[in-house]
Amino acid sequence: MTTSRGRRPQRGVRDAAWTTALAVPAVVLVAALVLPLAGLLLTASPSELAGGLRHPLVGPALRLSLLTTVIAVAFIIVAGTPLAWFLARWRTRAGRVLEVLVQIPVVVPPAVAGVALLLAFGRQGLFGPALARVGVGLPFSTPAVVLAEIFVAAPFFLQGAVDAFRRVNEDLLVVAHSLGAGRTRVFFTVAVPLALPGLVGGAAMAWARALGEFGATLMFAGNLTGRTQTLPLAIYTALESDLSAARAIALILMAVAFALLLAIRAGARR
Amino acid sequence: MSMARVAAVFALVAAVFAGAGAMPVGHAAAAAPAQELVVFEASSLKDAFAVLAEKFQARHAGIKVATNAAGSQELRTQIEHGAQADVFASADLKHMDKLRQAGLVLAPTVFACNQPVLVVRAGSRVKSFKDLPDVERLVVGAPDVPIGTYSDQILAAAARQFGADWSKRVQARIVSRELNVRQVLAKVTLGEADAGIVYRTDAMTAKGKAIPIAIPDALNVTAEYPIAALAAAPRADLAAAWIALVMSPAGQAVLAQHGFTACPKK
Repeated sequence: MTTSRGRRPQRGVRDAAWTTALAVPAVVLVAALVLPLAGLLLTASPSELAGGLRHPLVGPALRLSLLTTVIAVAFIIVAGTPLAWFLARWRTRAGRVLEVLVQIPVVVPPAVAGVALLLAFGRQGLFGPALARVGVGLPFSTPAVVLAEIFVAAPFFLQGAVDAFRRVNEDLLVVAHSLGAGRTRVFFTVAVPLALPGLVGGAAMAWARALGEFGATLMFAGNLTGRTQTLPLAIYTALESDLSAARAIALILMAVAFALLLAIRAGARR
Repeated sequence: MSMARVAAVFALVAAVFAGAGAMPVGHAAAAAPAQELVVFEASSLKDAFAVLAEKFQARHAGIKVATNAAGSQELRTQIEHGAQADVFASADLKHMDKLRQAGLVLAPTVFACNQPVLVVRAGSRVKSFKDLPDVERLVVGAPDVPIGTYSDQILAAAARQFGADWSKRVQARIVSRELNVRQVLAKVTLGEADAGIVYRTDAMTAKGKAIPIAIPDALNVTAEYPIAALAAAPRADLAAAWIALVMSPAGQAVLAQHGFTACPKK
């Protein structure tokens, strides 16, 4: 940047003021998001972390968290992609109502979501007796964990996927049709590839939400090591006896989430 | 403007904030004494202490009683990390002892006792504690939650009396180890679990949705509730007055109404 005559220096000053005005709130937000995590990480001693890793709750909870979230997210993608496609293309009032309806779980507090799941699928719930007749008892089981994760996480995928499908240029679909491609082919070879970044982003958000799910799981699935105790529940259980173990498990959860989200984003860019 | 300059401005702003954070703050608050008594109470005390708070406010004009009800472990962690409170009432001795060792509370006094009971779903076939293996789904507290620790002690004593087979069948019925006693009760009142072990005081709040069944005295344990003023209490005078109210005949009567039992004489 030149510094001598003319208007340039003044504009430089204005630029700096403008950038500072933007930077102040940005830095405050970064601090609000990062400082608590730094506190978690920096106040832990290496021996505490090692002890946390060896905590008896960690292994089973990590396995269960990975298993249930992979199943939940796989289901959300397989069922949610066609749903998002319909929602993006139906321009009727019913379509808009349905779009809002499937977003509702986002605002339901997790513990209430757990009670709602019990009232639907529990022993005394709406569909509980019917399920019991075919030998299915969901509460306190691993499938209940998956169901709770789907309930809280699916809206995050749907939001990203609907937006992504809406941004797909209609003309490209029409052209593909006119060149002889069938509906299936247009969907899989034109619409999905064009929407892929949005689909992947939505899936990553849904996956992160499923991994951190706590309240609905505790209410609907209970807390039993190896069967329904995921990492967030293990953290709370450990918190009752030992803050350092809880912190170590929390750091494991964050590391796993960070690695997987990074991998998904890297994969999506390729 | 180049990225480097943007980054430089960011760094500058961050440095200013870090500097502001390092400056000593909080001296301004020490002006007038607080017109508030802050009570940290174990969740099971919530209803009884709400009644006592009204009595206290009636006797001390202009003073407001602010309560923070949570698990004893949570409250202890908050106090260890500098939470401002005047009084701490815990549902078990362990957490109070840890705070006493750390010099954070003054000498504690046991002010109430509570006993675990079995609760079963309305309409259950189970009529006595010995029938426990007949339930399909049993819910108890997590091992490190006080009610879970007591439940394990009771089940261990029962195993010695009723035999290893009884114990094995009961253990196989446990479908969840809940993180607090209210969650245990909720699972039973919602009808999802057939039975659970909770405090007598909690069972009294279930109002017919969960039926209490006494645990035989020979197997049962007594939960002792200690209370203490915090060493750094902003209103040590009010803290002492609160403890005196809790220990008074009027205070003890309120606790008894909520299901607390007299403590066994030692």
